[in-house]
Amino acid sequence: MNALPESGASLAERTIRLTRAELLRYAAASGDHNQIHQDETVALAMGLPGVIAHGMLTMGAAVQPVVDWVAGLKPGADGTRARIVEYGVRFTRMVVVDAVEGAEVHIAAKVGAVDESTRIVRVDLTVTAAEQTVLGKAQVRVAVP
Amino acid sequence: MPVNPELLGRAFPATAPIEVTAASVHAFATAVLASDPDASIAPPTYPIVVQQAALDELLADPSTGIVLSRVVHGEQRFATTRDIVIGDVLTGELTVTAMRALGPATMLTAETVVRDAAGEQVATATSVLVIGEEDAA
Repeated sequence: MNALPESGASLAERTIRLTRAELLRYAAASGDHNQIHQDETVALAMGLPGVIAHGMLTMGAAVQPVVDWVAGLKPGADGTRARIVEYGVRFTRMVVVDAVEGAEVHIAAKVGAVDESTRIVRVDLTVTAAEQTVLGKAQVRVAVP
Repeated sequence: MPVNPELLGRAFPATAPIEVTAASVHAFATAVLASDPDASIAPPTYPIVVQQAALDELLADPSTGIVLSRVVHGEQRFATTRDIVIGDVLTGELTVTAMRALGPATMLTAETVVRDAAGEQVATATSVLVIGEEDAA
């Protein structure tokens, strides 16, 4: 049985860089080919400040530190593996991806709450770009054997 | 045209089966910058592939009054009953579970129940879309 983490404990911090190449890769993998994520001219015509990252790319990348933490947990005596049972976010701000620099996204994963009886650990993600929060109420629930 | 209020409660037919191939999991995991893109477990946000297919049916239906250029993704949530793994064959059934006015815009909640080949529910993907009366952004 894994020891449950303390509420408030930091699980991981990570800074990732999203470039236009990452956006193209996500478009191909997800099938979301909206041109606001690829073409500056289209994005500007839509009134956006520039090409923006898919919200789902930010959401998908932001949970990866938790995926890594879960992968490192031991299976239960009956073989049950730790797993993410729920993940939700609000898309509060766009991530503008510069053609040359891309965009830096910082992810901090912290234990928000621990339920000793159900062994569900809530992990809260703080996700920022250009020093502003881009995902609101980003919470992951992990079942820990 | 405003969003059709009769959409509330409407259930759409199941999507065509979507095969969870090793190639698609690898491509998706690489795209979301997973540390181990060769894992057999699909990333937590992978069910968006099914949700997207289901949403395409909703967005393609002219009776909804929804214009794609006015749609902004407001919230997203996934709840799973088991991990999605390579070899799964998934379908999604979308229901419009909530609609409410947000100023001149409409907030629409679309819940997609994702089932495996045996018909067992493996995930629920919930999208909140903010649909403007004017073009988005």
